[in-house]
Amino acid sequence: MPIGYEDITILITGTLIAICCALTGSLLMLRRMALAGDAIAHAVLPGIVIAFLLSGSRSSPFMIAGAAAIGLFTTFSIEMLQKKARLQNDASIGLTFTFLFATGIILLSMLAGQVDLDQDCVLYGELAYVPLDVWITPSGTVMGPRALWVTAVLCLLLLALIIVARRPLLLTTFDPAYASAIGVSVPFYHYLLMGSVSVTTVVSFELVGAILVVALLIAPAATAYMLTDNFRMLLVLACLAGAVAVAAGYAMAATLDTSIAGSIATANGLLFMLAFIFSPQHGLLFRKKRKPVIH
Amino acid sequence: MSASYFFLLSDPNVQYVALGAMLLTGSSALMGTFALLSKKSLVGDAIAHAVLPGVCLGFILAGTKEPLWILAGAFLTGALSVYLIDFIVHNSHIKEDTAIGLVLSVMFGAGIVLLTAIQKTGNAAQSGLDQYLFGRAAAINRQDLLVFGTTSVLIMALVIVFFRSFTLLAFDRHFAHALGFNVKFIQFIQTTLIVLAVVIGIQAVGVVLMAAILITPAAAARYWCNSVKTMLWLSSAFGMISGLCGALISYAAPAMPTGPWIVVVASVIAFVSLLVAPEKGMLSRSLRQRRLQQTIAQENLLKTLYKLGEKNEDFLHERTAQEIMRNLKSARPQKLLRQLLKQGYVERNNNHWKLTEAGYLRAQRIVKIHRLWELYLTTYMNIAPDHVHDDAETIEHLLTPELEKELERQLGYPSTDPHQSQIPYRKT
Repeated sequence: MPIGYEDITILITGTLIAICCALTGSLLMLRRMALAGDAIAHAVLPGIVIAFLLSGSRSSPFMIAGAAAIGLFTTFSIEMLQKKARLQNDASIGLTFTFLFATGIILLSMLAGQVDLDQDCVLYGELAYVPLDVWITPSGTVMGPRALWVTAVLCLLLLALIIVARRPLLLTTFDPAYASAIGVSVPFYHYLLMGSVSVTTVVSFELVGAILVVALLIAPAATAYMLTDNFRMLLVLACLAGAVAVAAGYAMAATLDTSIAGSIATANGLLFMLAFIFSPQHGLLFRKKRKPVIH
Repeated sequence: MSASYFFLLSDPNVQYVALGAMLLTGSSALMGTFALLSKKSLVGDAIAHAVLPGVCLGFILAGTKEPLWILAGAFLTGALSVYLIDFIVHNSHIKEDTAIGLVLSVMFGAGIVLLTAIQKTGNAAQSGLDQYLFGRAAAINRQDLLVFGTTSVLIMALVIVFFRSFTLLAFDRHFAHALGFNVKFIQFIQTTLIVLAVVIGIQAVGVVLMAAILITPAAAARYWCNSVKTMLWLSSAFGMISGLCGALISYAAPAMPTGPWIVVVASVIAFVSLLVAPEKGMLSRSLRQRRLQQTIAQENLLKTLYKLGEKNEDFLHERTAQEIMRNLKSARPQKLLRQLLKQGYVERNNNHWKLTEAGYLRAQRIVKIHRLWELYLTTYMNIAPDHVHDDAETIEHLLTPELEKELERQLGYPSTDPHQSQIPYRKT
C-alpha cells in the first residue's frame, strides 16, 4: 500500500499527540496519579460539549480553556471529596469521572443533530479526518491541516515547560516535603501539571477519543519505565514508544481495515509487553526472582 | 410527566424490563460494596473496560448475540484483566495505578478493534452490539433475562454464603490468614464474583460506565451506616433505584443510552448522601465541629475568668469586658459572653461580668483537669514540664467524668501541678 500525503499528515499529527501525552503521562505515572489522568480524560467531555455548544466550533481557544477548566475542576473535586467528605481515594476518583462522563454523554444524546460531535467521535476519535480539516487564514492562504498546527504548538509548549521547570517538577514529584522546605510551591506545580494534562487531553480527545488518550498517557510511560531508571531517558523513551505505537497502530488499522484509535492502543499494549518481558534491567526474563510475598 | 411514568409502569412489558434492570444493577452494586471496602473499586473500572473484547469474541465465536457466549467471553477477558494487573504489579516496579490504567485502556482499545472489525463484516446480527458500550436496558429480552437473572441470583446466594469471609478479607487479610482462612481461595471467589457482577451489569449500564455501578451506590451507602450488612442492603437498594430509573428512561426516550442515566441517578444519590447523611455527612460533621469549637471557646472564657479570680482570690469578682478581652485570645468575646449569659454561667451588671456559681464550678473543673493532666504527663510519660501545656489545653475540654475520676485516683489527689499552681477540687 503506497503512503500518500494524507497518511503522512495523520502520522505526524498522531506522533505529535503521542509525544504530548507521553510527556505529561510520564510525570503523572511518577507521581502515582495515572488514574487521575484517566479521570481527567473522561471528565473533559461535558466541558467539550458545553464549550462546543456555546462557541459553535471545534477549534476555538475558548473550547480549550473551557475544557481545561473542567479538568482542573475534576482534580479539585476529587481532592474535596477526599478531604471534606472523607471518601476513600479510589472511590472519589471513580465517582467524579463517571458522573462527569455520563453527563457529557447525556448532553451529546440530547443535542444529537445539533452538534457535529457524537458518541463514535468520543470513543474512537477522528484521526482519519485530520487532513480534511484545513486551516485557511483570513487572507486566503492555505496553511495545511488545523490539527497539525494545534498539536505542534502544544508539543512545543509542553517541551518548553518541561525544560524550563525541570528541577521544580522533579523535586515536587520525588520529594515534596523537601521541595516545600526550600520554597518550591508543591500545589502550584501540581495544578500546573493537571492543567497541562487537561489541555493535552482536550486537544487529543477529538482526534483519538477518550480511551486512547488514556492509553497514550499511561502505556508509553509504563513501557519506558521498564527500560530505564533515569528521568530524562524516561521522557525520551516514552515519546519514542508513543511514536512507534502510533506508526505501528496506523499500519495495523490500514491492513485490517479497523479503528485507528483502537489499533494504536493495542500497539501500545504490545510494546509494553515486549518491554515487560525483554527489558535488560527489569524484564521478566532477566530479573532476579523476588521472594514470594505472603498475602 | 409523573402520570406518563405511572402509565409506563402498568405496561407488563415495562415491568419485565424494569425488573430485569433492577436485578442487574442491584446485584452489581452488592458486589461493589466488597470492591469498595477492599479499596479495589478502580480495578472494577479496569474489568468493565476489559469486558469489551470478550463480548466481541463471544459474538465472533457464536455468530449471534447469544447471551451465554457473550457472558462467557466477557467473563474470560474481565478475569484476565484482574490477573494481568496483579501479574504486572508483582513482577515489576510498576505501581498499581499505572497497571490499572494500562490494562484498562489497552484492552478497551483491543475491544474497539474487534468491534469495528465485526461491524465492517456486514453481518446483520451484529447490529446492536455497540449497545454494550453505553447500555440499553430496553433491549433486554426474555432469553437475556433468564441468563443474566440467574447469574444475579447466583451472586446474591454466594454473597450470603461467603459474607463473613469477604468482610474479614476486606478489613484485615492478615488476620484472616492467621485465623486459618484460605485467603487465596476467598480472594479468588470474591474476584470471580466482582467480574461476574460487572459482566451482568453491562447489559443495562454499558462497559464504559459500568464501574460507577460498583463504586457509586456502595460509596453512597457508606455514609449511612457502620455495618457491612446494612451497607450491602443499602448499596443494592441504591443500585436498584438507579436501574429502575434507567429502564424507565430507556422506554420513554429510546434514543437515549441507558447507562449514563443510571450513573447520573446513582451519582445524585451519592452526592445527597455525602452532604446530608447523619453523622458522616459533610453538613452534620461541620455542624458538630462548629459546636465543639464553640464549646471550647466558651470554656476558655470561663477559664480566663477563673484564673483572673485566682489572682485576688475572689472568683466571683465583677470584671469589665475589656479586662476579659485583654486576657483571652478570642475573635468575638462579646458573643461568647452573651451565649454564656443565656446558659446561666455568667451574670451581667451594666458593663461588668461575673461568674455564677454554676460557671465557677465548670471553670474550676476545667482548670483542675488541665493541671491534673500536666501532672500526669510529667509523672507517667516523663515529659518535661514545659512541654505539657498544649496537650492539656486540648484534653481539658474532652475528658469524660469517668476518666477524670480515674486520673484523680491514679495521681492520689495531688495539691499542685508541675508549675506549682494549686489544683482546685470541688468542696464536698
